[in-house]
Amino acid sequence: MSSLKYVIIGNSTAAVGAVEAIRKNDKEGRIVIIGNEKYHVYSRPLISYLLLGKTDEARMKYRGEDFYSSHQCELKLGRTAQKIDVENKCVILDSGELESYDRLLLATGSSPVVPPIPGLDKVEKKFTFTTLDDAKALDEALFEGTRVLILGAGLIGLKCAEGISKKKVEITCVDLSPKVLSSILDDQSSEIVKKHLEDHHIRFYLNRQVTGFEGNKAILNDQTKIPFDVLVLAVGVRPNISLLKEAGGRTNRGILIDDHCRTSIPDIYAAGDCCESVDVSSGETKIMALLPNAYMQGECAGMNMSGVDYIFDKAIPMNAIGLFGKHILTAGTYTGNTYFESDDQNNYKKLFYSNNRLNGFILIGNIEKAGIYTALIRERTPLDTIDFELICQTPGLMAFNRETRAEKLGGVMNVSVGSTIGISRAE
Amino acid sequence: MKRVYVNEKWCLGCHLCEYYCAFASTGEKDMARALKDIKINPRIRVEERNGISFAVSCRHCTEPLCVKGCITGALSKSGGIITVDRNKCIGCFTCILSCPYGAVSPSEDGAIQKCELCVKTHEGTPRCVSGCPNGAIVFEERGE
Repeated sequence: MSSLKYVIIGNSTAAVGAVEAIRKNDKEGRIVIIGNEKYHVYSRPLISYLLLGKTDEARMKYRGEDFYSSHQCELKLGRTAQKIDVENKCVILDSGELESYDRLLLATGSSPVVPPIPGLDKVEKKFTFTTLDDAKALDEALFEGTRVLILGAGLIGLKCAEGISKKKVEITCVDLSPKVLSSILDDQSSEIVKKHLEDHHIRFYLNRQVTGFEGNKAILNDQTKIPFDVLVLAVGVRPNISLLKEAGGRTNRGILIDDHCRTSIPDIYAAGDCCESVDVSSGETKIMALLPNAYMQGECAGMNMSGVDYIFDKAIPMNAIGLFGKHILTAGTYTGNTYFESDDQNNYKKLFYSNNRLNGFILIGNIEKAGIYTALIRERTPLDTIDFELICQTPGLMAFNRETRAEKLGGVMNVSVGSTIGISRAE
Repeated sequence: MKRVYVNEKWCLGCHLCEYYCAFASTGEKDMARALKDIKINPRIRVEERNGISFAVSCRHCTEPLCVKGCITGALSKSGGIITVDRNKCIGCFTCILSCPYGAVSPSEDGAIQKCELCVKTHEGTPRCVSGCPNGAIVFEERGE
């Protein structure tokens, strides 16, 4: 057991999850991390907060300075894995080095999609927005009054917009979808968010597509021309699956894994944004490129790699996003009947349920105790075991029955000094 | 490890735990003076309805979803206690989205707040426990 060698390709969230799990079970085995970025592990979603000035590179570190040494990891940063030799159980690096493995984890993440738009290659100042280097490069291109065109009004595009707004740039956002945040909001909530963003001077061209670039002008399908100085491509990300695919492993859009985070090739595991996994809120297999899932899949892979039978089968889509002070929390799938509340302060709550289960929710503004809803989705809690009407109005433990509450808050009380002198109030 | 446990049977719904919690983080000596004219934002919250009441604060879970899901690494667990590095937290609220107890909440300055068993403010028994007049909140070892 103690002689195992673990190789992890990738140095982000899923890799950390795996390292922390492996070291719970195996203090001796070698762990080698291969990462193509030169940085200590940092939180990718924080790049927009970096531009906004709400964090800095030191605080962006996802784990402390001593993470690698305290977990006895050997680092090979600035290197790219080029091929997996399945037969000889080794990874071939761009430097020509061979790294043999007993257990291999692919935590390769995803890459921004660069759409094939005519004239795009001639656009000088174009950026993607998923890495720290992306953020630094974009930041250097921005000055007060710079006209920025963002392709994509999804999570990445809008967080980028918020981040760069600090520099007093002019922001225009184009998206094929008629809605902002179309992957996580319904029509009505999307409209609230769009208005909020427009109040912060972001201009939208929705339901529109860039059909070409003429120098620094984007031409839309309705012939609108948008001049810009800087272009940000935020149309989506694509899982990095080529290593496994070329090695003969099963892939779809993402790497296919089971509930132990095993790929179809023995001793090769995968976790994080490079994978497809089962969304328990819908039962569908899909890509859920989200940080919490990446950590938990990495952890699951690490446990199994180090010999502990461990299952992660509770992945759901879940997003917490703040934009110009407005908080949006969503989870699950938007199917079934709805419970709906909103007010003139733009607080918005919609719950989706069917077949005695909560499937999903959208909360804007008042996000208090949202995790209680998330837990109902994740655990597939039968709604007839709780006071569903109450929990719709007020998320809380009160909606559970007395036994469940007692269990959640500490089990049946052991007799303690306090309880022997207490006044019994209930019953 | 010792944790805060709550028994609704003994809870009077007096909300004193909330006041002691808010007081604990002020660093003041006198509670009345410390909380005068302040709208408290405690890390322990009493739920009450139809004559039933109980206080809810962080359970310091063995499998903490807030820590696993934290996008910055600001939440961590050490010695059985989940704490937040407020310097790192950027207030994305993924932890609020994750916590099955509803025990994480926004603080006034944008970061999140949660029960840290008073480890950052004073030694010994958490204030909500010592301040509970009816023993509804206890701090004890129950085995895991």
